[in-house]
Amino acid sequence: MLKRPNTLKNSEQELRIFRVRALLAVLVVFTLAGLLTSRLVYLQIVQHDMYSTRSENNRVRVEPLPPNRGLIYDRNGVLLAENRPTYNLTLVRERVDNLDETLALLVDLLELPEEEIEAFNVRSRQRQRPFQPALLTSDLSEAQIARLAVNRHRLPGVEIEAQPLRYYPDAEIMAHTLGYVGRINAEEMETLDAGRYAGTHFIGKTGVERFYEEELHGQAGLRKVETNARGRVLRELGRTDPVPGKNLTLTLDKSLQTLAYELLDGRRGSIVAIVPGTGEILAMVSTPGFDSNQFVTGIDVASYRDLQQDLDLPLFNRATRGHYPPGSTIKPFLALAGLVEGVITPDSTINDPGYYQLPNDSRRYRNWLRWGHGRVDLERALAVSNNTYFYTLAHDLGIDDLHDQMSNFGFGRRVAHDVQGESGALMPSRDWKRGRFNQPWYPGETLSVGIGQGYWQVTPLQLASATATLANRGHWVKPRLARQIGDTPVPRDLPDTLDDIVLANDSWWDRVFSGMEKVISGTEGTARRTGVGLEYRMGGKSGTAQVFSLGQDQRYNADELAERLRDHALFMAFAPLDDPQIAVSVIVENAGGGSTHAAHLARAMTDAWLLEDEAPDVEEVREVLEEDDANVEGN
Amino acid sequence: MPWHYIARSMRGHPVRPPESGIARRKSIWERIHLDPWLLGLLLVLMGSGLIVLYSASGQSIDAVIGQSVRFLIALVGMVIIAQFSPSTFLRFAPLAYCVGVAMLIAVDVVGDVGMGAKRWLVIPGVIRFQPSEMMKLAAPLMVAAYLNRCELPPRLRDIVVCGVIIGVPVVLTAIQPDLGTSLLVSSAALIVVLLAGLSWRLIGFIAALGAAGVPLLWMNMHNYQRQRVLTFLNPESDPLGSGWNIIQSTTAIGSGGLWGKGWLQGTQSQLEFLPERHTDFIIAVLGEEFGLVGMLVLLFLYLLIVSRGLWMASSAQDTFGRLVAGSIILTFFIYVFVNMGMVSGILPVVGVPLPLVSYGGTSSVTLLAGFGILMSIHAHRRLLSR
Repeated sequence: MLKRPNTLKNSEQELRIFRVRALLAVLVVFTLAGLLTSRLVYLQIVQHDMYSTRSENNRVRVEPLPPNRGLIYDRNGVLLAENRPTYNLTLVRERVDNLDETLALLVDLLELPEEEIEAFNVRSRQRQRPFQPALLTSDLSEAQIARLAVNRHRLPGVEIEAQPLRYYPDAEIMAHTLGYVGRINAEEMETLDAGRYAGTHFIGKTGVERFYEEELHGQAGLRKVETNARGRVLRELGRTDPVPGKNLTLTLDKSLQTLAYELLDGRRGSIVAIVPGTGEILAMVSTPGFDSNQFVTGIDVASYRDLQQDLDLPLFNRATRGHYPPGSTIKPFLALAGLVEGVITPDSTINDPGYYQLPNDSRRYRNWLRWGHGRVDLERALAVSNNTYFYTLAHDLGIDDLHDQMSNFGFGRRVAHDVQGESGALMPSRDWKRGRFNQPWYPGETLSVGIGQGYWQVTPLQLASATATLANRGHWVKPRLARQIGDTPVPRDLPDTLDDIVLANDSWWDRVFSGMEKVISGTEGTARRTGVGLEYRMGGKSGTAQVFSLGQDQRYNADELAERLRDHALFMAFAPLDDPQIAVSVIVENAGGGSTHAAHLARAMTDAWLLEDEAPDVEEVREVLEEDDANVEGN
Repeated sequence: MPWHYIARSMRGHPVRPPESGIARRKSIWERIHLDPWLLGLLLVLMGSGLIVLYSASGQSIDAVIGQSVRFLIALVGMVIIAQFSPSTFLRFAPLAYCVGVAMLIAVDVVGDVGMGAKRWLVIPGVIRFQPSEMMKLAAPLMVAAYLNRCELPPRLRDIVVCGVIIGVPVVLTAIQPDLGTSLLVSSAALIVVLLAGLSWRLIGFIAALGAAGVPLLWMNMHNYQRQRVLTFLNPESDPLGSGWNIIQSTTAIGSGGLWGKGWLQGTQSQLEFLPERHTDFIIAVLGEEFGLVGMLVLLFLYLLIVSRGLWMASSAQDTFGRLVAGSIILTFFIYVFVNMGMVSGILPVVGVPLPLVSYGGTSSVTLLAGFGILMSIHAHRRLLSR
């Protein structure tokens, strides 16, 4: 094909051309080599620090070590909130050979619902660092874990991850008071200290869990680890241990709390019990309850809607936020107000014709007993719950003094030290009415307030707290839920405690107590049936609150309406009379006229606390209640 | 001293190789047709490559042994090839070229797909073979053989013929698609034409044509190829995807600093952040563990080899030998430049290994075969009559 070089070719010229070109090639080679050199100098000398940092960041990963949340105990060391290990299923896409097959196998093995897979697919479409595990499903059951373990060899890239999850053993009973933790939401994320909460997914949402979030949470630690590009940890380079959250010992008594819950028997209501001398809240129950554990993992939409639309408002904390007209339960406090202001003495009397008339007014404000109680002094007025006596007293006090004195007992205020979401309810005053309705205060309204009706609203916690202060002879001790935070006891005297209520004569306390004792133990007492067989001296006061309206958006049917229009039954009590150990407030919604229902529950509570051997039988109490319901008496 | 002779030749003086006229016994090297300087430099390069490879392969002694065996086979091939006289290559160039083109067509029709491209020709159970690799030598040989017949500098007609000779394999490789090999084949063959004395005006014209062809090339690119170019222009645009390689390799090199982190101490490489660390990106391991000093030593070693090769080329006695030798050695440098350029982030990522350092057999065999031809041209020159 090709012949030997043509003899005509000018070898010398060709050689010359080649050498020129070769020289040029040498120049190009050295230029390019120079270019590479300058690039290397730029990377390795000029930019060395930046790339060093980048390389370190590649290699060194800072992993947060979330602290263990503090446990919550009752006053006797019974566990109320614990951290239970749960197991999540995660998947590293890069290690999965065939994603569709793996997902299909997992659905098959674990009986996962389709939505979980869809949710996972949505999540995994977002770009992420390679070899980061993605959450597939949480809270695996033991059976699921076992099935995964058996099939492990078929599931490369699928990992089980342990995560502690809050668990409330007595969720229904404790739900409102203890509250619950839930996943940190976007709003909370903005205000949280990112360092403290690194690696933590949960935060206290309500109740004690929220109020003591700071103490319960602790401080996140961190560890620096060296990882390879797959994210596998090769060794630990450094470590700061997390500071676990402090354990919390509450003042609650689990058995008393449970009793209160059972006494309320699923009805709408609330019971609060406080130790007068220490302010310790022994029980604080709102019923119906709900399973707060559902909220930890995230409640499903349908269950949440059911809870929200339940006419009995199970999510509503009646004990701290329920507003009830106190009815006659506030008569002892009014009596004390009268004594403080000098409007009455323990011995002053009125004559009750069965009604009260304001001067220059024809309207008659009736006593509940149409024909009246005749001559009534302080003690009898309390025992028979005489309205006329208190109409007179309220009128003589006037709304301004009445408001101020009742405020001293904590009405219209937030009284507790550490109760999250507590409402101050409403203690009406001239200013309040002016601001609210732009109307003057009418004297007749003072009379309504005088028997705990009208605008006056209290929470069960306020009523219990006022009762405890009364039992404490006017000495205020702030109600509290925490007894000990970590190793530090909560001191008895706390800042911002209300001023003590001082009577001109200390023995007047005994007169009021005596009147309250007669409510239960007197022959005329409104709650005398409750006093049968009482083994200690007890003071109390019954109350009935009229229900005036239902919320606008509440559905109802005729039967339910009838039930829901019945009066609320209230009772406040403390015992023993000479050395009070417990103060109780009981509110049972729509339990019907009369003090008996609530009074029986209050007695059961004091019995349980004071009589160590004889815990009251809830069934017996229920029988008594049924008997009484058939034979309703006025207050 | 090559410079001396080049300078003389440019003044029109006849140039003779320095050895000529000196009557002496043939050395052992001359008898076995090998160049001791080039061989020595290559062995030093391969030795250093094995040291880096040990680190880059995650301290796998198996990889080092495997690579050594490949080197050994390639060296034996080089020695055998060096024994043939340049006239043999001249004679067989057209045949090799035609067989190569035929195989490239076969690959495009029935080839085996690997890494998203048809590159391999497989005779099941016998051999897996990449014909494009053979074209890296066959194409420049063919062009040189053609130009050897013509009067130089080449006329337009000759250049058109060369264009066709070059174009056919380049297009066939490009549609596999294998941009890296296509680039190397075309540059190897183009260098022959350039060295033969392609007129500067034509060079300018072709360059302009090339610039105009860029949009056309862009439109015919595969998505992943476009992605590579885009990533090259801005690696941070997709740091976890296609930008990952280049970010990790520049990070590895940059964090090496002046002296490096020490052998086996490179965190980027040892912790697997660096992708393809023992193949195309092996230079980043060197940069990280031996620093700028290591990089410059290696670059210097390559420059020594290229210098020696160019010296051998310019002392070849006929046009064919000169053109082939020049093409082989300059293509070798293009390998080096493209690889180091892409790993250090001044060129887009194309699959070009670092010659005689990157893990892999095929390219070593081709490269050493090329050096075999180079040695043959150099060692056989006195046997030709002048």
